[in-house]
Formats: sequence, structure tokens, C-alpha cells
Amino acid sequence: MALKLSDLKTTAHNDWCPGCGDFGILNAVQMALAEMNVDPSNTVVVSGVGCSSKAPHFIKTYGVHTLHGRSVPFATGIKLANPNMEVVIEGGDGDGLGIGAGHFVNSGRRNIDMLYIIHDNEVYGLTKGQAAPTLGLGVKTKSLPSPNINQGINPLLLAIASGYTWVARGYSYDVRHLKDLIIKGIRHKGYAFLDVLQPCPTYNDIQTKEYWAGEGHLDAAGKMQPRTYKLEDTGYDGVVHNHDEAEMEQKVQQAVLKSFEFGDRTPIGVFYQNEFVSTYEDRLAVRTPSYKTNPPAAQEIARPDGTPLTNINKLLDELRVA
Amino acid sequence: MKRDDFSWMIGGVQGSGVDTSANVFARAAAAGGLHVFGKREYYSNIKGEHSYFQVRVSKDLIRSHVDTVDMLATFEEETIFRHALEVRSEGAIIYDPSQDNKRLDQVSTIEAQVEAALNAELSKAGLSADVRGIIELARRRGVHIYPIPYDDLLKTIGSKHGESSLSTLQRMLNVLAVAASYALLSFDEELVKDAVRKQFRSKPKVAEMNAFAVEATYDFMQGKYAGSFAHKLSPIKFEGPRLYVRGNSMVAMAKELAGCRLQTYYPITPASDESEYLEAHAEMQLDGSAAQENPQLGEVAAMQTKGNIVVVQSEDEIAAITMAIGGGIVGVRSSTSTSGPGFSLMAEGMGYAGMNEVPVVVTLYSRGGPSTGLPTRHEQGDLRFALHAGHGEFPRLVLASGDLEEAFYDTVRAFNYSERYQTPVIHIVDKALANSDGTLPMLDVTRVKIDRGEFRREITDAVNGEYERFKHTPNGISPRPPVGTKGGVYWLTGDEHTELGHISEDPTNRDYMMEKRMGKIPLADKEIPISDRANFFGPENADITVVSWGSTKGAILDAMEWLKQDGITVNFLQLRLINPFPTEYVTQIFSKAKKIVGIEMNYSGQLIGIVRERTCIPVEQLVVKYNGRPMSSEELYDALKLIHGGDAPNRIVLKHGA
Repeated sequence: MALKLSDLKTTAHNDWCPGCGDFGILNAVQMALAEMNVDPSNTVVVSGVGCSSKAPHFIKTYGVHTLHGRSVPFATGIKLANPNMEVVIEGGDGDGLGIGAGHFVNSGRRNIDMLYIIHDNEVYGLTKGQAAPTLGLGVKTKSLPSPNINQGINPLLLAIASGYTWVARGYSYDVRHLKDLIIKGIRHKGYAFLDVLQPCPTYNDIQTKEYWAGEGHLDAAGKMQPRTYKLEDTGYDGVVHNHDEAEMEQKVQQAVLKSFEFGDRTPIGVFYQNEFVSTYEDRLAVRTPSYKTNPPAAQEIARPDGTPLTNINKLLDELRVA
Repeated sequence: MKRDDFSWMIGGVQGSGVDTSANVFARAAAAGGLHVFGKREYYSNIKGEHSYFQVRVSKDLIRSHVDTVDMLATFEEETIFRHALEVRSEGAIIYDPSQDNKRLDQVSTIEAQVEAALNAELSKAGLSADVRGIIELARRRGVHIYPIPYDDLLKTIGSKHGESSLSTLQRMLNVLAVAASYALLSFDEELVKDAVRKQFRSKPKVAEMNAFAVEATYDFMQGKYAGSFAHKLSPIKFEGPRLYVRGNSMVAMAKELAGCRLQTYYPITPASDESEYLEAHAEMQLDGSAAQENPQLGEVAAMQTKGNIVVVQSEDEIAAITMAIGGGIVGVRSSTSTSGPGFSLMAEGMGYAGMNEVPVVVTLYSRGGPSTGLPTRHEQGDLRFALHAGHGEFPRLVLASGDLEEAFYDTVRAFNYSERYQTPVIHIVDKALANSDGTLPMLDVTRVKIDRGEFRREITDAVNGEYERFKHTPNGISPRPPVGTKGGVYWLTGDEHTELGHISEDPTNRDYMMEKRMGKIPLADKEIPISDRANFFGPENADITVVSWGSTKGAILDAMEWLKQDGITVNFLQLRLINPFPTEYVTQIFSKAKKIVGIEMNYSGQLIGIVRERTCIPVEQLVVKYNGRPMSSEELYDALKLIHGGDAPNRIVLKHGA
């Protein structure tokens, strides 16, 4: 039975501000899951803390709304214990690149088959507009007492450096394009990172919906030029096609260079994709071959009477002295 | 006080094989039916600092270490300087006379205070501050001295085995020291050779050369020192298979048996050994699976006869606890092992597990704090923190094991409680247990039962696809189909939430949810039998009633035996489940007590504070120790004797340790 978009909606009260970019991302996630016809009870959306991290409550799959900055390790435990589940992570830029930065980097080393979506609006919304890690140096958004004293992180560059094997950017008001990116990210075999540009109508008065639509960025004829453009429209190909070190290196370099484009011409689309890197799940199956067919969540550990099923005789034998 | 046992010590530079030699010594004794207790002391250092291993052997069960050294085996000068004066009169020191001229001030790794104290003793005795001087001082105190020219012995062994490199041969120094010790004790040479062969079983050539080294050392010792040492060790008759185990691996084995299938950790002493053991034994045999009972199910089913545990080394302890909770969320028994500094980072995660009723087990190896503290040394300073870590209020159970065997069975209990009450469980294992070795009879795995509480494999009562995970029930425990169960979905959140798991700030809902969660502790208090929560040793009426917890158990029990010989009766209440606290039981025991003594390895007497909080009974007499070294049975014997005499200060601080 095909899953309808309405099947993925909940009745939980949504308290995002009117016009919030989160709505576009939420719609795109629901559209993607519906189009993929996922089994809601075999799918989990894991989030951190912040406005965007409330998203799981509005999606009718399993939802795990965790601690500030910790969505990634929670999701890691979930996925490794039950690798048959579809795991999507959502959270804000402060959540993922500030308090959770250590996890953002280190999860890149594992290449677990999950998609991580960052709602990137450059501010801490829920705590009333402080500068987030992606906000550029010297930028003064509405509620900042003085211009930002820190430099901004380039999330795509950081993801590439950390080892993510699929790196992309979307825009929350280009919902169809975003939906396609989410589907690609979920289907990618390995750890996928999707940075989503997301206006915060309440606290970010610089990168507004109008800003991305091209306000103040006019061509010779005086027409607004959108500040985003699609990589695929330019013939850019971020995919590693062959299991070849040289090609991989070239694609990484290309993606790194591309990640610096920001502002008047901001690329969206897939920057980098490499399916030739083993996943963490593959690596675990090398360590313990039974992991593939009998992962932790599938294992029975006791008989109905409570007798353990694990046989530790071999371990005890190793310790026998007499 | 009469000791009917033998205390042997070996020391050396960290990384030079001190552990190996202690292991060989202990295994040989254990193979001869003797009971063994081993204690390892080391610095927070990779190579170069001093470490030592004390092995106590006896015909009877022993549970602790003693301060006295009956025989000290050495092969370098630092061990001689540090430990020669701990050897009792009529004891023995084995040493290399070529070290005689090594000076105390040349050993850079000895602390200035230790050096000054030794200098003072030597100069008072008119002796030189070198190995010759300290050996002479020991001799004057009645210690038998056994010089062994190791290099000559090694050359003999080398020429027989065609090995001329002295540096290769010197790797056998440890074994020479062990063999020399056993030769003096007239212990069965074959048992020593067997232990050596087992120790090096992966390298047959090395094993044979070492076995030959045992033989050559025995020949040398018998030729030169036959019959010179009065104490003898002989194998005894014993029944049944016997194990020689270490605390870390007991916990690890029990985790596999209990069905733990996700273990996360960030490297920290003294916890990491457990995770490394699990990783080395990550694939395991499952009994009674469908495939074994029905072989025609084929290859995929055959894989079901294998289980596996995922062991993840995380980027920090915040990730370790949250990953483990992730495992608990999808219904997998999950745990993380850490020590004080790591546990400090886990506080917020603990609260999430409490809030979302997720089972997770934290094995907390207790070491010297605060901050980095004494990273490789022992302390019981984290009890209060284990009881309270995390903001807000949520239920948690706290277990503390007293010996190696308890560490095994308590590990299984920790998982059972965690699933039964759907909340985090902290299992405290002291560093002194983690790094202690001992002989045990074969473990009885049939005693182990797995209780998964209200765990469910299916959802049948979802409404419109949504399932109430936090459903109202009379006792507050809701059925628990994990995330990923077919038939419905639900939500988890660190916010206060509804039965579906959606955020709610409604005051009535808040009251219900707080009462649902917090009610689990009284429920556990009602359900868990006292026999699983406390041990009581000794006569019902006694001169002294000791109350303690954790690894002090062994030293207390051994001290009690000696006090009994002196006509002093002691009984001992050992608390194993600190939360929920067995208030009524403790009150009842104390109502009959003449003199209550709290014994703890911390500064403030954390347990007796909790006792007072829960029972309103003040424990005025305290014996504490916080210098990083575990209590010995001798120290406790002395302290309890002093208390019995009536002249003891209210607070006795034990000081022994090197």
C-alpha cells in the first residue's frame, strides 16, 4: 500500500513561527519518505534540541528528540544496534556544529548509513537569536547586541574533511529540489550530510527569504537574481564513479573549492558522493560476521524461562587454571 | 594474629613484564590447588615508572591483600629500594648482586619524600645509600638474602638454546625471579614449567626456552641454597575446575551472558580493559536457537547460532552514554564502562534515560578523584555522585560489588533491574576489584536468569498508527516495545511528555509522569529481595558491627577471622544495592548493634552519611582511607582491635601503601 503524505503527518501542535524555514524542510522530509514508501515503524527521525529539533514530533515515524548536540551519537547507537532501520537525523546548526561539533566530526570517520540534515539558519532561534556557529564574522543579525565576533564555520568543508561520503546543500524554500536531495541522501550507502539554508524570519534579518530570492542582487536589466543556483544546472558532477584514489582525490578537491562559494552565488545540490568507502556496518561484519544476519536488535538473549542463550564456556575455559 | 598464607611480591619497571611474572606465579600456585589473591599497583605512565604486583597464596580461601611481604623477588634496584623494608623478619629477598653499587640518588623515578625517608634510615644505621646498604639493613632485620647472578644464569641458558643476545635473554628475567622464588619454597617444578608454557602458549619456542630457564634456575637454587628457607609451599588436593580471574574480565563475561549487545566506551583507566576484552570476544555462541533445534533451516539460520556484541570506541563519554541509550531505545541491552571523569560527562545522558524510561547500564570503575585525581589508584569517592549525577529528579538503581564473584552476578542483575524498571542502573566496581586477580571455583551460570520486565516484540494496540509508550499502568511500568517495533510508532523526548511521547507542559500530566517515574524506586524497594541487596556476615550478636560497601569486603572478612582468634566478635553488614536503600533491614541490624563502625575507602564516609539520611542512625566510629591504596586486612585488624580496646579516635585514617 502506497504511503500518502498525510499518513506522515501528526496532530502534535506545531509552535514554529509563521514563515519559518523549518516548514519547508519538514514538508520535504515528509514528501521524500512518502515517495520512498518507507515503513514508518521501521523509520526513525532523531533530533537534538532547538526549534528544528522539534521536527520528529510532526512526522509520523518513530521520533527520538534527544539532548542538545547529541542527536548523532543517539542515532549512532540506534543504527548500530538495529542496522535494518532507516535513520534520519535532523537538528540545527548550533546543535550540530557548536555543542555537537565533536560528534559531527567523529561520526564522519565511521561512515554509518544514515542521513544527517542540518537546518542552517545561522542563529540560535529558541534561545532568542544568539549567533550560531555558521554566522559570519562581523554580521549583526537582529537581536545581537554587537556584530558577530567569531568567524563562521563552513559546514560543507568540515563535512568533507571529516569523511562524510555524501555532502550536499539544499534550500528550504525549494522544497521539490530539497525533497530529491533527501531521497538521494537516504539512498546513499554511507554517511550523508545535507546542509539546508533556512531563513529564520524572527531573528535572522540578513539571510531572509527575500535575500535568497535575490533582493538587492539585480542583473543589468534590474531583475532580481536568486542567490542560489543548482550545481546540476552547471554540469558539476560530484560523484566518484570509479574505485580510484586519484579520482576520489580530484572530486574531494573540487568539492572543497566549491564549498567556498557563498553569498551572491551560493550552490545547492550534491557537492560530493563516494560509495566506494566501506560503511561502519560493513566493518563490523568483518569483525563479527554474524552482524549482517543477526544484528543486536534481532538477537534473542534468553529463553522464555529466563535462561540465558549466550554460551560463555569458551571464555570460562580461557580462565581455567585447574 | 596468625597468618596461614604466603605473601609474595614482585616489582619492576612498568612495561618490563611484572604482570607476566605475577601471572605465572599465580597460575602455578592455582594449578596446585592453592587459593590466590593478586593486587596490581601501577602509575599513570606507559613505561619507566615503578609497578609492583603482590600475590597472596593460601590453602584456604583468601579475599584480600596484606601489608606484610614474605618474599620479595627483584631484578632491578628500584624495587629493592622501595620494598626491601616491607619484608618481614625471617622473610626473603631475591636480588641480583651486580646491583650492589647502584645508588639511591641515581633512581630518578623515586619521589623525593621516599628518598629522604630511606636516606634517613640508612644513615641512622650507618649504611651507604645504595643497594648494598639497604640489603644490609634488611639482613639486620632478620631477612634472608638470596643473591642470584642473573646474567651468568642467562648465559648458561642461552648457550644451551643457541641464543647469545643478552637483550633477548633478559626478557626471561621475570621468569627467573619466579622460578628462584618457587625453588626456595620447594614448590613442584613441573607446575611452574606448565604455568610458563601456558603463559607463552602462542610462541612455542619462547615457551620452551622459558621452561628450560625454570629448570636451570631450580638447579642453581638447589645447588646453592637447598633447604635454607623455612617456608614451604606444596600443592594440595582440591575439587573441581578452578578459575583465575580479574575484575574487568568478570564484568565483561557477565555482560555477554546477560545479553548485552552494545558496549560503548571512551578510553579511561581502569575501565577500558573490560571493553577491550569484549571487543576481543565480540562474536559468541548462542545456545538453543532455532537452527540448533532444527538444522534444516539452512545457512542463514545457522548464523543465528552466533551472537555478537557491537563495541564502539566513542569520541567522548557524552557520546558513549548517548550511543548506549540509543541501543536501549531499540531494545538492545546496552552499557558503557567508565571511571569518574568520564562519568561526570555522562550526567546529562543519565537524565535522558531516566526521563524516557530507557534501560541502560553504566559500569562505573571507581578510582581516585576529584578531577584527574589518582588515575590508576583506588578510592570509593563516587558513591554520592552515582546517586545524584544529573539535574532534576529521576530514578536510578545503584549497585556496588564487593568481590570478583559478586561483580559477575551483579552485572547480570544490573541489566535485569534496568529492563524491569526501565531506567538507568549504575554498577560500581572499585579499581581495587577491577585490577585484582583471584582464584574462584567454576562460575555457576545456571544461577543466572534474565528478566526483561515488560519488554515487548510487537505492538497490537496502536490507535491510528500511534502507540502510547508511556501508557498509564497501576504500578507505573508501561509495556516496552522498542523503537523499530512493527505495528505503530511513538516518540521520545527529553521534554516532559504525554503518553505518546509528545512535548507537554500541562501540570496534571507533569504530576502523573513524575509520579510514574519516581514510583519505580519504591516499587524496586518492595520487589527486590533483601538477599540481593545486602550481605550479613558473622554472628547475630557481636562486639562490633561493621557497615561497609564495595571492595573493602575481602579485607573486612579476613580481618574478622583473625579477630575471632583473639576472642573479638565482629559482624558485618555489606550493602550491595545502595539505591533503593534497604532502610528497614539496616535499622533492624543496627538495633542489635553494640558498636557500629563504618569502613570506607574515601575521606568523608559517604555511605554512613547515606545511612544516617535514611535511618536517622548516626555511625560515630569511622575507619577511612584515601591514599589511593586499598585497605589491607592487617590494617583493618589493627584498627578494629584498637576500636574494641575503647581508645580509638572517632575517625581512624589508614595510611599503609606503596
